[in-house]
Amino acid sequence: MSAINGQSTNGSTATPKTPRTGGEVVCDAMLAAGVDVIFGMPGGASLPFYDSLYHYQDRIRHVLIRHEQAAGFAANGYARATGKVGVATSTSGPGATNMVTCMANDIMDSVGVVYITGQVARPAIGSDAFQEADVTGISIPITKHSYLVMDVDDLPRVMSEAFHLASTGRPGPVHVDIPKDVFLETTTETAPDQVNLRGYRPSKVGNARMVRKAAEVINAAERPIIMAGHGIDISGAADELLQLATRGSIPVVSTLHGVGTFPETHPLSFGMLGMHGLAYANFSMRQTDCIIGLGTRFDDRAVGKEDEFGPGAKVVHIDIDPAEIGKVLETDVPIVGDLKLTLQKLLPLIESRDRTPWLDQMNGWRRDHPSLKIPDSPDSVLPQEVVRAIYDISGGEARVIADVGQNQMWASQHFWYERPRMFFSAGGLGPMGYALPAAMGVKLADESQDVWCVTGDGGLLINIQEFNTLAAEGINVKVAVLNNAHLGMIRQWQEFFYEGRYMGAFLDNPDFAKVAQAFGLHGVGTSSRDEMHDAIAMAHEYDGPVVLDLHVDRVENVYPMIVPGTGVNSVIEDPR
Amino acid sequence: MNGTETHTLVATVADHPGVLTRVASLFRRRGFNIASLAVGHSEEPGYSRMTIAVEGSAEEVKQCEKQLYKLVEVVSVRNLTGAPAVTRELAMIKVRVKATERPGLAEITDIFRGEIVDVSKSSMIVQMTGAQSKIDRFLDVITEYPIEEISRTGVIAIARDDVGPRNGRARG
Ligand SMILES: Cc1ncc(C[n+]2csc(CCOP(=O)(O)OP(=O)(O)O)c2C)c(N)n1
Ligand SMILES: [Mg+2]
Repeated sequence: MSAINGQSTNGSTATPKTPRTGGEVVCDAMLAAGVDVIFGMPGGASLPFYDSLYHYQDRIRHVLIRHEQAAGFAANGYARATGKVGVATSTSGPGATNMVTCMANDIMDSVGVVYITGQVARPAIGSDAFQEADVTGISIPITKHSYLVMDVDDLPRVMSEAFHLASTGRPGPVHVDIPKDVFLETTTETAPDQVNLRGYRPSKVGNARMVRKAAEVINAAERPIIMAGHGIDISGAADELLQLATRGSIPVVSTLHGVGTFPETHPLSFGMLGMHGLAYANFSMRQTDCIIGLGTRFDDRAVGKEDEFGPGAKVVHIDIDPAEIGKVLETDVPIVGDLKLTLQKLLPLIESRDRTPWLDQMNGWRRDHPSLKIPDSPDSVLPQEVVRAIYDISGGEARVIADVGQNQMWASQHFWYERPRMFFSAGGLGPMGYALPAAMGVKLADESQDVWCVTGDGGLLINIQEFNTLAAEGINVKVAVLNNAHLGMIRQWQEFFYEGRYMGAFLDNPDFAKVAQAFGLHGVGTSSRDEMHDAIAMAHEYDGPVVLDLHVDRVENVYPMIVPGTGVNSVIEDPR
Repeated sequence: MNGTETHTLVATVADHPGVLTRVASLFRRRGFNIASLAVGHSEEPGYSRMTIAVEGSAEEVKQCEKQLYKLVEVVSVRNLTGAPAVTRELAMIKVRVKATERPGLAEITDIFRGEIVDVSKSSMIVQMTGAQSKIDRFLDVITEYPIEEISRTGVIAIARDDVGPRNGRARG
């Protein structure tokens, strides 16, 4: 439309530019970025923007969520599933503050979301006007960048910068706060052909000398290990990762967000490491002589105690964010760069080597410490079985969005993710209530994919109002509630570390199947193993959203577990 | 390795509303300690120069520089600690003095190459420019006089020309 034309014919002063309202500028910027879904709820300050959305409804789908937090999480899911930018919108004040958790979540997980919030009209700013809140003041420490747009002529540039910043370098949330009257005013300005931000030049290929040094260190290593992080997915470097691992016979472990960046059924895959990582993944970190960290920030939940993490190992760290390098681990070979481009330079320098003794050792741990064995449970269905059943029935082809807590760990462990963007979860911030709205975003990103939301009963309740959105918009998400009648992860910690003094851990749940039915969804509840399998098979076939309230064992724990503050030497494995 | 010292960072930042809040917010959030912060126009319209005296170990300050770089409005950061640079601070000190005490204070001020910029019946205002240590020493010497008010700008710094290559600009 006009902006797209405006952008390409930019600079030709001959054609008179069509004036556009602020609201239209935002819509055009979305389309120019290839984004055709927006999640949000209107309000006084954003009504002019909704009037623009009204006129763009043939090109932009607006999804009315039932709480602004769901808008942000849905946009996060959309962004992660597409690799594009997600967009969420709210009104000023309470609408905007409802999205604060989402911004904090995006920045922790490096997810590109543009937040469009309405603000009170310019003359009212600073007067404590109705629904005024200093949301750009609030969002500064939890966004990659933010704007309060005081002049509509700035808006075309701001919007193209916002999409650029959100999606390039290390992606992250960008907040654009737009006063009501700025949405209404018109401008003939267009976005510049190219974003030009002097203070923002993300690096591309890593330093050639360092790349050579990395190859030397890797080639010399007897027991190297690749730690694959979210950066592999963001940079689209899964192929390069596979080549690196297979050429050098280098085993791969992944972080929570790295799950699926390396095919998990590959013999060189040793699963996820960290606090609830697989025992053999963690043991290998004790013995390795070379950690190759790819697009990871060596988060404390992944690393545990630093001195038991690859003691004496050389560290090669490739990441696009220089501030992550050397932040946690002392690094022998620091490389700042885009992973795909940098790995392409590194690959030809990697010698193909036989590392059988090392792989034998790792496979020995895999054999002797089978972290993924599901114990027998005659009297109750175990939550792990539910995840396995979804894996089996979907043929491993479902996109799984996990919530936070025990369910998240089981969903990461008991499903074998073969590709990036198959498993989604809120890792860094860990906000309960993420999964259901995020699953809506993942589904709308590509409706041809099967999408399963695996959530705890506690986390479901945090954004259960989105059952209404599923029903109203017909978003075909399958919800599996691992209903253990507890804030399970809390119960587990109180069992392990507070001698069973349970406080605030028990949940007096409603009948979720009936709740789902009341919302107009297909809801089924069961506590039997056979019915559980049948219900998952039914949901898999059913053409529409389904909620399965699966009553699982109430006191099952997540294993293995590394006690916080300790290292892999004190891993707790399943006693059964 | 872990010795805490004061480092002088000089940052060029876009002259946008809120940029000071961003820098201050970053320091607070990451637990970096600002000893002083001075901001003013730079040689280039639209850009300001911030001189930040930050306390911490070399590693902490390195991390601080990297985090500053990540702010979109920060164009460059240089750590001038230990580099050939000129650093200056301006202080104004209002001292309560009787008429008879004036010559004594004037003499000390003179030795420190300060300036008396105002005199009233009961007080004098001394203006002192120089390295921070010189101002500190001056304040030590005049402890016998009751000091009514001190206002210091915080240091500003500028590198001498023989300083090595600029810091890399890579950022994420
Ligand atoms: C918004 C929010 N509040 C509190 C927590 C702390 N917390 C982490 S896990 C958890 C329990 C989650 O319970 P449930 O959703 O039932 O999942 P389960 O662990 O039982 O699988 C809690 C309360 C959190 N992560 N997020
Ligand atoms: Mg639960």
